[in-house]
This record gives sequence, structure tokens and C-alpha cells, in this order.
Amino acid sequence: MLAGARAALPVLAGIVAFGVITGVAMVASGIAPLMAMLMSIVVFAGASMVAAAQLLASGTPALLIVLTTVFINLRFMMYSASLRLHFGREPLGWRLLIAYLQADNVYGLTLMRYAERPEAPGGRDFFLGAALVVWLAWQLAVAAGILIGASVPAWWRLEFAAPLAFIAMTVPVLRDRAMVAAAVVAAVCVVAAHALPFKLSIPLAAFAGIGAGLLFERSWR
Amino acid sequence: MSIWLTLAGMALVTYALRASFLLLPPQVETPPLLRRALRYVPAAVLTAIWAPELLLAGGEIAISPGNERLLAGAVAIAVAWRWRLTFATILAGLAALHLFHRLI
Repeated sequence: MLAGARAALPVLAGIVAFGVITGVAMVASGIAPLMAMLMSIVVFAGASMVAAAQLLASGTPALLIVLTTVFINLRFMMYSASLRLHFGREPLGWRLLIAYLQADNVYGLTLMRYAERPEAPGGRDFFLGAALVVWLAWQLAVAAGILIGASVPAWWRLEFAAPLAFIAMTVPVLRDRAMVAAAVVAAVCVVAAHALPFKLSIPLAAFAGIGAGLLFERSWR
Repeated sequence: MSIWLTLAGMALVTYALRASFLLLPPQVETPPLLRRALRYVPAAVLTAIWAPELLLAGGEIAISPGNERLLAGAVAIAVAWRWRLTFATILAGLAALHLFHRLI
């Protein structure tokens, strides 16, 4: 677990920054501070929480907000299918915990670890170590964001650390042409479809990128 | 009332998505095509999350030398490509953002 916790330390800057921004953004849209914190604990998915806070403020019906959440968080289903290759045989209790603790950064770290040492044991402990550190840092950051509200020194521009952390996780997996094709097509699609409602551009670009990777892999053989 | 409904719904669907494949019994094989497709999930999904932060500004496509986040992101990608260090990538990206902000 220590190895996982240590591996998570470098990404904490991005997580803390995004957590603080999430807390600030939720409270700024008018959610009660305690409700925002409760949402952070039971939902634990930042992008969908910020979107939900904005939709709640504009009086959007609950059903539509939940639907938006499904689209924004669809990537967790893909993480689930991917992590199953490594954790599918763990006892049910562990799998239920692993499911709750999934996060973009933790998924990225776990994948990097398996890419480097596919057969090394201790994958579950690595995941849990990284996930618990990330979970704790995230909740503390959201709480801090809620408490300090909009008084974060904006000139630091720490919010940019969130996409930077995602970049740091993406670039190392771009090891062959098909991988690069998947990323490039996803980037083109998400930008081309950015005007779609409910952040539909994200699942759309994900499917297009995956399709491009598969096609490219086939055409090169 | 509506906010509790929203909260419960969000928690339920998000957990269901996270648990989905992990709860299938081990003897159920993940289909081979799905397994191959999954290799591309991080490249595609993570890129779909960060690309708009670099390529869009104020909801508009902003691919120009005047877009400081695009330039800083390019620096971060180069650093990540060369050294593969998360912390160095984030620091370089933030430093580049402030540098380009002064220059532009």
C-alpha cells in the first residue's frame, strides 16, 4: 500500500487544486455547504458535481441532472471493465470498495503500474494505497474549497493543474501509433462536439477515440 | 426535496457505473473485442477531459498563438514526453502558463 501511496503523491497537486475549485464552484452556484460536502462523499466525481451544482442553480429537474451525471461519469464504466482484468477475482467486499474508490488519477496510476510490471503481485494494495491518499486529499480539498469560498488567490491559476495532471497521465500511455490515433481523434472530436449539451462531447469523443485506436491497430497489421 | 432526489440519483448512477464490470462473476469472460478496446480507454477518455481545457477558450475553439493555455499545455506535453514525471509536468505547465501570460 505504501508503494501506491507514494506513487500518488506527485498527482496530489492537481487533485487538491481541482478539489478546491470544485468546492468553490459548488458553493458559488448556491448549494448549501453541508450538502456540497455530502455530495463530495457520496458521489466522489468532481466534474459531474460542478455540472450538477450549476444545473441545480438554474432549476433543472432532478432526472435531467442525473442523466447528465451518467454521461459525464460514463468513463467509470470503462475503468470498471479495465480494472476487472486485474481485480475481477478479488473477494466481493474488496471489489465493492475498489468500485467506490475509482478516480481518474488512481486509474491512471494503476494502469501505469501494470504497464511497467504486468506480473508483479500486490496490485490491489497498490490501488488501495493510491486511492486512499487521493480520496483523503480530495475530500480535504473540497472541504477547504467550500470553506474559503471564492477567496482563493485566482492569480495562482492552480485550476490549470487539473488538466496538467491529466496530460501527465495520458502522454506515457502513448506508446504506439494506434494509441496516438486514439488520443488525437478524441481531442478533435471533443473540440468539434463541444457545443453539444450535457457534456455529451466527452463520451462521444471517448467512443470515437477508442474506435480510431482499434481501426488503426487493424490497418497496421 | 428535489436536491435530495438529485443527490441520491447521482450517487446511485455513479456507483453503478463504477461497480458495473467489477461485479460480474469471474467465470464470465470479458469479450476479446472489449478487452482490446479497453486498451484505448485512457488515451481517449483522459484526452477528452484535458483537450478542451487547452483548445477552447470561453466556449469557442481557440487554436492560435495567443492562447496561453494551449502553449503551456504544449510545454507540459513535451516535458511529459521527455521525462514522464507527473510533478515536473505540472510545474512546467504552470510556470509556462505564467510566463506566456506575461509575454502575450
